[in-house]
Amino acid sequence: MDKFAQRKGIIAGIVIAVCLVYIAQLFHFQVLDDKYKIKAENNSQRAETLYPARGLVYDRQKRLLVDNQAAYDLIMLPRQVKRFDTLELLSILGVSRELLERNIAKCKEHSPYRPSVLISQIPGDRYAVLQEKLYRYPGFYIQTRTLRKYHVDHSGDLFGYVSEVSPADIQKDPYYAPGDYIGTTGLEKTFEWILRGKKGKKVVIVDNFNREKGSFADGEYDEPAIIGENLYTTLDIELQSYASLLMKNKKGGVVAIEPATGQILAKVSAPSYDPSMIIGQDLGKNYPTLQNDPQKPLYDRTTKGRYPPGSTFKPLQALIGLQTGVITPRTLFACHQGAFIGRFVACHDHKSPLNLLDAIETSCNPYFINLFTRVLEAAPNVREGYGEWRKYIEAFGIGEKVTADFDEDNGLLPAPEYYDLRLKTKNWHASYINSLAIGQGELAITPMQMANFTAALANRGHYITPHVVLPANDSLRQRLQQRQVPIAREHFETVIEGMKRAVNNGTGRRARVENITVAGKTGTAENPHGQDHSVFIAFAPVENPRIALVVYVEHGEWGASYAAPIAGLLIEKYLKGAISPGKKAEEKRMIETNLITPEP
Amino acid sequence: MTRKTSLAANLDWPTILLYILLVAAGWTCIYATGHEEQHARLLDLSREHGKQLAWILAAFLLAFLTLLFDAKFFAAFSIPVYAAAILLLLAVLLVGKEVNASRSWIEIGALRVQPSEFSKFATALALASVASRHNFKVMRLPNLLLLGLLLLLPATLIKLQNDTGSAIVYSAFILVLFREGLHGAILLLCFMAILLFVLSIVYPPLTVAAIIIAATLLLACYYRQPRAALHYLLALLLLFLPLAILLPDAPPDRLLLLAHAACTLAALLLIYLRRVKRVAILLLLSWTCIAYTVSVDRIFQSLLPHQQDRINILLGVEQETRKTGYHVMQSKIAIGSGGLAGKGFLKGTQIKYNFVPAKSTDFIFCAVGEEWGFIGSAAVILLFMTLILRLIYLAERQRSHFSRVYGYCVACILFFHVAVNIGMTIGLVPVIGIPLPFFSYGGSSLWAFTILIFIFLRLDANRLQVFK
Repeated sequence: MDKFAQRKGIIAGIVIAVCLVYIAQLFHFQVLDDKYKIKAENNSQRAETLYPARGLVYDRQKRLLVDNQAAYDLIMLPRQVKRFDTLELLSILGVSRELLERNIAKCKEHSPYRPSVLISQIPGDRYAVLQEKLYRYPGFYIQTRTLRKYHVDHSGDLFGYVSEVSPADIQKDPYYAPGDYIGTTGLEKTFEWILRGKKGKKVVIVDNFNREKGSFADGEYDEPAIIGENLYTTLDIELQSYASLLMKNKKGGVVAIEPATGQILAKVSAPSYDPSMIIGQDLGKNYPTLQNDPQKPLYDRTTKGRYPPGSTFKPLQALIGLQTGVITPRTLFACHQGAFIGRFVACHDHKSPLNLLDAIETSCNPYFINLFTRVLEAAPNVREGYGEWRKYIEAFGIGEKVTADFDEDNGLLPAPEYYDLRLKTKNWHASYINSLAIGQGELAITPMQMANFTAALANRGHYITPHVVLPANDSLRQRLQQRQVPIAREHFETVIEGMKRAVNNGTGRRARVENITVAGKTGTAENPHGQDHSVFIAFAPVENPRIALVVYVEHGEWGASYAAPIAGLLIEKYLKGAISPGKKAEEKRMIETNLITPEP
Repeated sequence: MTRKTSLAANLDWPTILLYILLVAAGWTCIYATGHEEQHARLLDLSREHGKQLAWILAAFLLAFLTLLFDAKFFAAFSIPVYAAAILLLLAVLLVGKEVNASRSWIEIGALRVQPSEFSKFATALALASVASRHNFKVMRLPNLLLLGLLLLLPATLIKLQNDTGSAIVYSAFILVLFREGLHGAILLLCFMAILLFVLSIVYPPLTVAAIIIAATLLLACYYRQPRAALHYLLALLLLFLPLAILLPDAPPDRLLLLAHAACTLAALLLIYLRRVKRVAILLLLSWTCIAYTVSVDRIFQSLLPHQQDRINILLGVEQETRKTGYHVMQSKIAIGSGGLAGKGFLKGTQIKYNFVPAKSTDFIFCAVGEEWGFIGSAAVILLFMTLILRLIYLAERQRSHFSRVYGYCVACILFFHVAVNIGMTIGLVPVIGIPLPFFSYGGSSLWAFTILIFIFLRLDANRLQVFK
């Protein structure tokens, strides 16, 4: 016998020990640990997202404004890709070689085993070619999505655009996943919750290449996608288009409201852009151009533009004066091309002394500064008087957001503390702030706010939250409220009489419309940076107002020169449906006026 | 004693039964991995399961042919067979076909064979022949050199083919040599080297140095020197702690080594004066270990990135990522998802939908784990264990020295393949691409194992006719 025979036991022991360790390890992760079972399910089942089509957008006459078109994403699964004809693919897709190579690298980086979007939003015509040749490109697939299609070629800022969700969006709302689309601005953003619908889910069994091998559990866990709800807006697309046309080559904004309901009929920020410019693939191409345009077409001037209201503010002064009792309609003030009220206030040539209605008709500056001074001095001190006055102005929705439908600027209605700091005393003198009476000074109001107080004037004392979507359900209805201004109705009648005269005989003559009584007020807002702004507020018909609007034309000089005629044309278009032949020349002149790049 | 001359009566049928069971289970798994309803026919030669069935039938024929040889032939021709195998390996290097970055295939018509699979039994025969020479003692230096050369030659040639896995298989012969008298310390040293290698990759140098010193001192206690160990520890701490406080910016592992070095010198001086030989050896051993640890870092850096990844993943050093840990992760998911009783035959989703890489070759055990669960996988491991133990039992009952060594070679090669292959699918061993005997898809491996085992069965059947 050899002396090493007992070593067979050691060798057999090693064999047995290894086998027992392996069996123990298998017992641990096959029987005790559930982790791997869950991972296996994730491996072999894939929840596919079903993307719903976005809701359509209509105007108040149920005319289609925005709908959808099919778009195609090219998906790449790196593991399956074989050598392919790069040049042919480039020519089909119409993209640059650098882009394709960069995206291929990105897809590979993401995962060699899972699909990623290689080129998104391929236009329909290119898709048709691609589909025919796709069999030559293993590892490439097509995924169908929908893109927006616009039936209007203006007002891009109003409709907004749709783009891929950002990481911030996903963090804010767990509904979103990478690759989803979201309304980024305008109506698309505000009403995303209505338009987006609900994503569906399809659970499929897949192999390691993510190839579908059939439905999982006969579709028990599938959820169909729910198409987005349609958006019925209060817009009148004809009025909107006409306002866009009139505002061509001008900067500023138009907001028209139906006073009785608060429905926005038109909302034009000028200059704007054609929303079709930034659909799908074009977004990346054209967005930077729009963003770098010095005229800022992406900027919504109607809700974010902070403007001095100028003389359009005077009707409100008149109302406050009457309500507080510091004047009556018969109160007279003198003005000889200006007057000295703490400082010299310039004015233009008109009769003197004059009463309230004359003052509104002729837009007399000293009259309203006198009136304002009386309001301020009726209180124990000017600061308290300002507080009283400010309450009335606030009641018209100035200095705050008036609609929930847009990203809005508050504007600026200075708090008393603002002037404490500014004047370095609480003992103010009326002359420090009296230019507020004529809509100048620190005051900043958005066109939306101006249209809103015009609607309150038309309603003789109340307004309903301006809105752009018909309140078809409770959650939409809850956004609206009616607010009363604490001023007696009779005072409104007085002031409206003045505004009627302003249009019939006064500064707003160019806003007259045949057979329709229009009440309006011009404004020439002083602009320290250049030519004054031209403003006009109006509503019509006076007896039963159906439209209240503001037209703000930057650098339009006199209120009477551009804003008033444009307002007149818009009222006529909306109430009569067409422009009378007598006004055609005016219409042509307004359309052709270019205030952005004046001709040499 | 009555001699039965019938070959069939002398064959060890339990081994053949185990062999057939394993081959059948293996084929079932290959059928499952490639299963698709439209290709359900058994002998469909366009599918892996069909080809494998053909190779199994060929393997049975090979087994039968092997049994027809005279038992003496194997001992007599072991060296020429070995030489032929070496020539084949050389030929592969020159005219071989590259598959998966390994140049280890020879194409003969439509047939592709892997000489490295066949060189295993050739080496086993040569080893048995050398070790069974009259009065052969393993621990003699010339003999050790001869054995080393015998094993390293094919291993090196296979490594040159870039097939590291098959080259590592030759380390299995160390167990055979251990049985034949290799000093246990060498086996222990190999084990320690592996352990330290793992330790020095997983833990920072300070920890490894501390572990080595602690182990040395514990060994000193074991050798009845607890006081010396305690004194040494105190001296070490008295040196190390002030150093660590005074020089907070210095790397602590360096300081520990410095303290250890100073203490060792002092201890060696004392030992020289008092002549305590054992403690001196222990201290020198600890320095050898530290030197080895440092060099492991160098060795590790010299490995190829994917080899580093595999080791790191196994040791849990790096988070398993999509790229590097994919294979092992998917393999564990497949096996783990099988549960206690498995998902059932042809019901495995992970293997069916190709989540597991090399699912019919190196990772075939996933099919067992997923479809047959813990019960099935434990059964397969127990079958292999029984076969290996049976082979050891058979080897021990040989009268001929040659047969015994050869028998151990068969058992150890089989054991190494099973341990490494199953170990890698369950994440206990780095991913080394070697097949699971009788299971993995491929003719060469199956035929090589068949020949390996049936040569031994032929020798075993002849055992009673051998006189010592």
